Amino acid sequence: MKGTIKQISLFAENKPGRLAKIAETLSKAGINIRAFTIAEAGDFGVVRMVVDDPDSAYKSLRKQGFAVSETDVIGVEMNDIPGGLFEIANSLGKGGVNIDYAYAFVTRSDLALLILRVDDIPTAQKVLKAAKIRLVSEQEISKI
Amino acid sequence: MAAMLDFWNSRIERAPLEELQEIQLRKLRHLVDNVYRNSHFYRRRLDNAGVRPDDIKKLGDVAKLPFTYKKDLRDNYPTKMFCAPLSQVVRYHASSGTTGKPTVVGYTRGDIDCWTTSLARAMTSCGLGRGDVVIVSYGYGLFTGGLGAHYGAEEVGASVIPMGVGNTERQIELMQDLHATAIACTPSYLLHMNETAKKMGVSIKDDTDLKMAFLGAEPWSLETRGRIERSLGIKAYDIYGTSELSGPLFTECSAQQGIHVWADHFLLEVIDHNGDPVPDGEKGELVVTTLSKEALPLIRYRVGDVTILNHEPCDCGRTHPRIMRIMGRTDDMLIVRGINVFPGQIESVLMSIPEVGEHFQIIADRKGELDNLTVRVEVTRAAFSDKLADLMKLEQKIAYELQKVLSLSTHVELVETGTLPRSQGKSQKVIDKRKI
Repeated sequence: MKGTIKQISLFAENKPGRLAKIAETLSKAGINIRAFTIAEAGDFGVVRMVVDDPDSAYKSLRKQGFAVSETDVIGVEMNDIPGGLFEIANSLGKGGVNIDYAYAFVTRSDLALLILRVDDIPTAQKVLKAAKIRLVSEQEISKI
Repeated sequence: MAAMLDFWNSRIERAPLEELQEIQLRKLRHLVDNVYRNSHFYRRRLDNAGVRPDDIKKLGDVAKLPFTYKKDLRDNYPTKMFCAPLSQVVRYHASSGTTGKPTVVGYTRGDIDCWTTSLARAMTSCGLGRGDVVIVSYGYGLFTGGLGAHYGAEEVGASVIPMGVGNTERQIELMQDLHATAIACTPSYLLHMNETAKKMGVSIKDDTDLKMAFLGAEPWSLETRGRIERSLGIKAYDIYGTSELSGPLFTECSAQQGIHVWADHFLLEVIDHNGDPVPDGEKGELVVTTLSKEALPLIRYRVGDVTILNHEPCDCGRTHPRIMRIMGRTDDMLIVRGINVFPGQIESVLMSIPEVGEHFQIIADRKGELDNLTVRVEVTRAAFSDKLADLMKLEQKIAYELQKVLSLSTHVELVETGTLPRSQGKSQKVIDKRKI
């Protein structure tokens, strides 16, 4: 989808060594992780990440036997000051858009990014634009 | 003071072995003749084996008859193996099938009476009688344990408390308030009850009148028996039976040296893997021919349990042969909390759920005193989306579907694709960490 970022997510058992295996696979493929989070539910978890080359990451992880999927998420530039998150969350809330999950990171170019999975991407993009919040593109992520 | 009979039926329980064998031969000939003429299933089976009713002239000729298996019950689900008109079937029960379908068994009024009599003899041989108060904590319902023990205990004149499974604190309360003297349940449940009682500040040994237990439906060792008898201050008797044979039918007597199997109703054999009889005292597979059952008579039924046969007269005075403690199974069946579980059942459930692969692993362990079954299943690549909630729902769905088929709640663990062993061997598919 236009204006979105491809997030890689995969299923992993919640036991020692799994994260290392994932990180090793990406490292060997020369892939750089930009943002990363783990959601756990007991014995297993879903590892989500934004990388500089999602297609290559998908292939490498699949080859290693992981159950991988790609999800469209939105990358939003967040002001790295108190109130930065409020600005974004408020616009989406007022626009009736639900945030399924989110995670943030700061890049070396001082860019604070919020990765969001929402239930309605077109409306989210519209309300964020109207609130003058900048959406970050796939190319920008890979070039950081 | 409990009014105890020494024998429920002294005349038959102490009849000389020769007399019992004469009765067995007479009934066996009648059985074969009857099923040959009135049962499609047995007619075909006997014709295929080239055996006619007249070929049964002596007891040893039972070896000429073909075996029957659980598979036969499954293939003839629900009632095609029955030999009585269904209008004469007064009770149905069901038990775990080897795949998804349960096996159905049926009873005429005569069958219920015979079942009840078997257990009345057995319970009397342990000293149970009028004045005793028995808690039946086996499952009531399609499972034969609850109603079987209930009818048997009622028949000997004891007062029966039909608790069924669960509500342990209530069971302990009533055990005290109604002065229960006996209990019928699985050994693991009784140990669990003991632990629960301790947490309630109750010592079953010192604060109740419990003096005996009829424990079965799952394997338990002599060590466990010792532990139970010491910590609860009771005598713990082994009770045995399977739904195909009726249900719980036999127990140890007060001598506790094997389980008496009533020869006038059941003809026993113990065979090796070639199907040949093993000498008394040697281990083998139990084969039972039901001599009195009307609705579902079974000829040379391969129960699947491994045991040792003993025809010596017992110290208690009874002459009916004994089987020694069941030592294992010939197939891959597991018993969890008294419930039979076949890996094939689990396989059939998983095959119906597209989001998981058909490879699985079962781990049985015991936390505290109760059994737990963990089923590890692989997530298929195709089924993985990004939603955590979907995965959690999938785990719940699998557990729900398994519960429907197994009548047991299991802990489901989703694992990564390709990580479970692919061999067909039981040793990798089923891991039993329990020490009974």
